[in-house]
Amino acid sequence: MSITVRNLTKKYGDQDAVHDISFDVRTGEILGFLGPNGAGKTTTMKIITCYMPPTSGSVEVDGLDIAEKSLDVRRKIGYLPEMNPLYLDMNVLDYLEFSAQLHGLRGDSLRRRVNEMMRVCGLESVRQKDIGEMSKGFRQRVGLAQAMLHEPEVLILDEPTSGLDPNQIVEIRNLIKELGQAKTVILSTHILSEVQATCSRVLIINEGRLVADGSPEQLQREFHGAESLTIELRTRAKDPVAEIFPKLRGIPALSGLTLLSHEGGASVIELEVQKGMDVREAVFRMSVAEDWVILEMRRRVTTLEEVFHKLTTN
Amino acid sequence: MKSLIELPNVGPIYRRELRSYFNSPIAYVVIVVFLAIIGWFFSNNLFLMNVASLRIVFELVPLVFLFFVPAITMRLLAEEKKSGTLELLTTKPVRDAEIVLGKFLAAWTLLAAALAPTLVYLLTLSSLGSPDMGSVVAGYLGLLLMGGVYIALGIFASSLTENQIIAFIIGFLLVLALYLADKVLLYVPDAFASTIEFLAIDYHFSNIARGVIDSRNIIYFVSLLGFSLMLATASLERRKW
Repeated sequence: MSITVRNLTKKYGDQDAVHDISFDVRTGEILGFLGPNGAGKTTTMKIITCYMPPTSGSVEVDGLDIAEKSLDVRRKIGYLPEMNPLYLDMNVLDYLEFSAQLHGLRGDSLRRRVNEMMRVCGLESVRQKDIGEMSKGFRQRVGLAQAMLHEPEVLILDEPTSGLDPNQIVEIRNLIKELGQAKTVILSTHILSEVQATCSRVLIINEGRLVADGSPEQLQREFHGAESLTIELRTRAKDPVAEIFPKLRGIPALSGLTLLSHEGGASVIELEVQKGMDVREAVFRMSVAEDWVILEMRRRVTTLEEVFHKLTTN
Repeated sequence: MKSLIELPNVGPIYRRELRSYFNSPIAYVVIVVFLAIIGWFFSNNLFLMNVASLRIVFELVPLVFLFFVPAITMRLLAEEKKSGTLELLTTKPVRDAEIVLGKFLAAWTLLAAALAPTLVYLLTLSSLGSPDMGSVVAGYLGLLLMGGVYIALGIFASSLTENQIIAFIIGFLLVLALYLADKVLLYVPDAFASTIEFLAIDYHFSNIARGVIDSRNIIYFVSLLGFSLMLATASLERRKW
């Protein structure tokens, strides 16, 4: 089950909410949509789920065009909208049965799927409770149960873990990961650790434009700038800047040196290293030669946070 | 049955909407107020004027419907728009026409449920005299058709806004215009008078209520009903324009 998005543009008045976005998603991929608020994540999802049409461009779900085969496309998709709207005057069981009926389930298969989803999402203890009386975490589970009732091949989840406590977040992430093996999942979030924990691929959107596309590791490799190495040395030097720095400058590929602290003979120094270079061995050999003691050596790798920050601020 | 097979989601939407009416105080408050008003005038007429007739019911109900129907239809789409559940509904494999039709039938059922207890008056009258059964049956048929048209227009009004109060006011103005059309004939040039009279809902209703079920009146109601439902569906689809 693949999703193909081509040159998608959505205008609200004069403003482009989404500008010329193209991407593909394949079966078994869990695609994370990242972007600041108002970047166009939700708009893109609303278009794929046939809630609103694009201004231009096309979307195909499993080869079916969303404009021409809207009903067939909607049959294949399970959707959890932003803010998770629910009928607050219904109880969980009635609501799930209603949703299942709208997906064409009847009789035994309806009951089987509703029970199955209540078990998977941990809703059995609240089956008769009105949704309006439930906590946000439980409502989120109802929203997820609703999205997965009809065993959709494509799951589109707009901020699936918002409002959940840390334990529930882990549960839901595991559930998504499990489902993602056989299905196509698109989820949006602005929690970066979530993307690292669940997604096999990341799209970063900023101001309606696609600014990055790749696995979390790829993005970290591609967008890291200068790497840095923090070392803590015990030396006999009284003035590290005058006595240690000139020696360290002899290491090739070094682009900057900063003294972070100097206390009781231990100096913490940050070394800025050119992109893609590793100077740890050189530092070690120099320390041995100079009789410095390395107390700590830490390489700081670019995090997804930094990649995100770099791509979404001007 | 064919239409039900092609529109499989009308049933679930109808049942959900009806349950939502009767699970909340809306249905009961509306029905009680409706019956209190009608009952007051019916018994006044019966005891003070000594008239054993349902005529007062058939004259009064169209007037009460002007307020009653927009009150039961105002939330149907406006509330779903506001809470976001419309997005949930329209991203499921459900046609917009099924949503409108399911909600229409639920409101129509509530209207019939409010009207049903007035049949007690018929029992009262039968013990006092012999009411003209033909005109009673025709009168109730007319009320149901008229109520149906009002409901369809009310749903259209509800589709225009997220605000239930605005939906009520628009719905009220729409049905008021239909109701008043034949009451302003005096001020209208003669050339348009017959056209406007033909468009007026009360003109067709009073024809039916007299006990004469004319195909012209039935066609008027059915086509106006169909047109109003299509209008509501088109308005719901407007998000796609």
